[in-house]
Amino acid sequence: MSGMNNGNLVEIRDLRVDFPNPSGFTQAVRGISFSMGREKLGIVGESGSGKSVTGRALMRLLPQAARVRAEALRFDGIDVLGASERQMRTLRGGRIGLIMQDPKYSLNPVMTVGRQISEAWLAHNRSGSGGGGKREARDAALTLLEQVRIRDPKRVLGSYPHEVSGGMGQRVMIAMMLAPNPDLLIADEPTSALDASVQAEILKLIEDLVSARGMGLMLISHDLPLVARFCDRVVVMYAGQVMEELPARDLHRAQHAYTRGLLDCMPSLSKKRARLPTLTRDAAWLERHA
Amino acid sequence: MSQLPMIAIEHLDVHFGSSHVVRDISFSVAAGETFGLVGESGSGKSTVLRTIAGLNPGWDGRMAVAGQNLGPRRDRAFFRRVQMVFQDPYGSLHPRQTVDRILAEPLEVHGIADAEARIARALEEVALPHTARFRYPHQLSGGQRQRVAIARALIADPSVLLLDEPTSALDVSVQAEVLNLLSDLREARQLTCILVSHNLAVIAHLCERLAVMQGGRIVEILSEAELRAGRAKHSHTQDLIALSYELEG
Ligand SMILES: Nc1ncnc2c1ncn2[C@@H]1O[C@H](COP(=O)(O)OP(=O)(O)OP(=O)(O)O)[C@@H](O)[C@H]1O
Ligand SMILES: Nc1ncnc2c1ncn2[C@@H]1O[C@H](COP(=O)(O)OP(=O)(O)OP(=O)(O)O)[C@@H](O)[C@H]1O
Ligand SMILES: [Mg+2]
Ligand SMILES: [Mg+2]
Repeated sequence: MSGMNNGNLVEIRDLRVDFPNPSGFTQAVRGISFSMGREKLGIVGESGSGKSVTGRALMRLLPQAARVRAEALRFDGIDVLGASERQMRTLRGGRIGLIMQDPKYSLNPVMTVGRQISEAWLAHNRSGSGGGGKREARDAALTLLEQVRIRDPKRVLGSYPHEVSGGMGQRVMIAMMLAPNPDLLIADEPTSALDASVQAEILKLIEDLVSARGMGLMLISHDLPLVARFCDRVVVMYAGQVMEELPARDLHRAQHAYTRGLLDCMPSLSKKRARLPTLTRDAAWLERHA
Repeated sequence: MSQLPMIAIEHLDVHFGSSHVVRDISFSVAAGETFGLVGESGSGKSTVLRTIAGLNPGWDGRMAVAGQNLGPRRDRAFFRRVQMVFQDPYGSLHPRQTVDRILAEPLEVHGIADAEARIARALEEVALPHTARFRYPHQLSGGQRQRVAIARALIADPSVLLLDEPTSALDVSVQAEVLNLLSDLREARQLTCILVSHNLAVIAHLCERLAVMQGGRIVEILSEAELRAGRAKHSHTQDLIALSYELEG
């Protein structure tokens, strides 16, 4: 089914997203370009820089009122802006999984966790050759919860979203998005509420899926050290633009003042500082970047 | 120092139906102190905060704030004194209220004048642009929503703040601004805080002492210096410290 795309899973060229405001439009994404294959791409940048909007644009999940334009916005060769709504529905929650930043908000509050994961699994496996049944879907849901290291998966299957902790909700969301075996996983702050040990295990699971199944991962995160360790490449965003793109292992040696500023304002366990430095934004950063 | 602690928790147990989620925990927090709560996901950290805030009815034990024992009901004075920032900022903000309305409400409830200036100052303190003031929560980014939640908690000048992962949705530069703001408020207003975070560097930065939870129990209480030096007795704490250092590289 893949189109002619030079091996690119995602291709974004000059993407612009504007939101209406009372006096015109606010530019949330201002002409960004990058592409990715079946690799682990990190997207970092300060709050409001357009990371989530970019991920949602790729799934055509932005509100109607948003104005989205691009020279190219393609997933596996498919033109996202030109695709039919039906085509988009098969992509969403099927070939592209999105782990959203607010797990509780994205889970259905009146449906048990088990049913939500089973339905995600069924949606994919019905159309496949297997023709999965209810029992199988439940077993698959249980296995997925075990994979995301939920301690008592049986209890959690029967729980409603408000009955699980923040970190458990995040993992339920991850399990749901992995259920249909996506080609691309967009993970928006997937592990921000998880302690280091669970975080490491979840990332290992995602890593295995990337290498075993050739899944692509777009990891949106504030956690620069995490992205540096885990991803192959990093895109650094500021005010709706890409400031720089670099190999993840070189992130701690980044030259751009903005990226350096982000690295310097993190508290550290080894070094005690009375006050944390904050970012001093340079007006020149707002100018158009090539 | 025989001063009364600002928050005293003794033998607290919390049940949800048949599940026993918090088991016999005790700790106290001095006025002006920031106390950390860490531990694995599902260990009961949010439940402890929510129970102190009066959001969980099914508890046993003794809890006191500013020397007053807490009963099943909390009065208005309690809700002015004690504010909570929730782990899930989206769920805690009313979707059909603008930021302006969200911030004005606590001022009206507590009969605080000067709303205009206070709202403007609160937005500034959490580094939100003025343009955010008349937007709805869904029109903000994740980090912007969390800052609204922090601004709302601070706007009525509380003396106790219960913070549940307040900076995990924030980027590192806003996190630094919020952490600096919390340090300033602590000095200026003797603010007492309980801070839940999975980020040990954040905990070490703000807290004098912290408790480590596992399976609903506190397995140890240690000081900031012990945390930084890795002098933990319990294996769960040792694992968490080792992983944090590994990530710092
Ligand atoms: N529905 C909307 N209507 C109006 N403005 C919006 C809407 N959604 C997002 N925005 C604005 O677009 C900009 C980019 O938002 P986005 O959610 O992509 O930020 P982000 O980089 O993901 O930030 P964070 O790290 O805080 O989640 C922000 O200024 C935000 O306020
Ligand atoms: N309303 C509820 N009904 C039933 N069980 C609940 C409810 N709220 C929490 N629990 C259970 O209580 C336990 C502790 O949850 P809590 O939210 O306190 O954990 P936590 O330490 O904050 O975890 P996290 O780091 O993931 O946020 C979990 O097993 C959770 O499923
Ligand atoms: Mg976001
Ligand atoms: Mg919690």
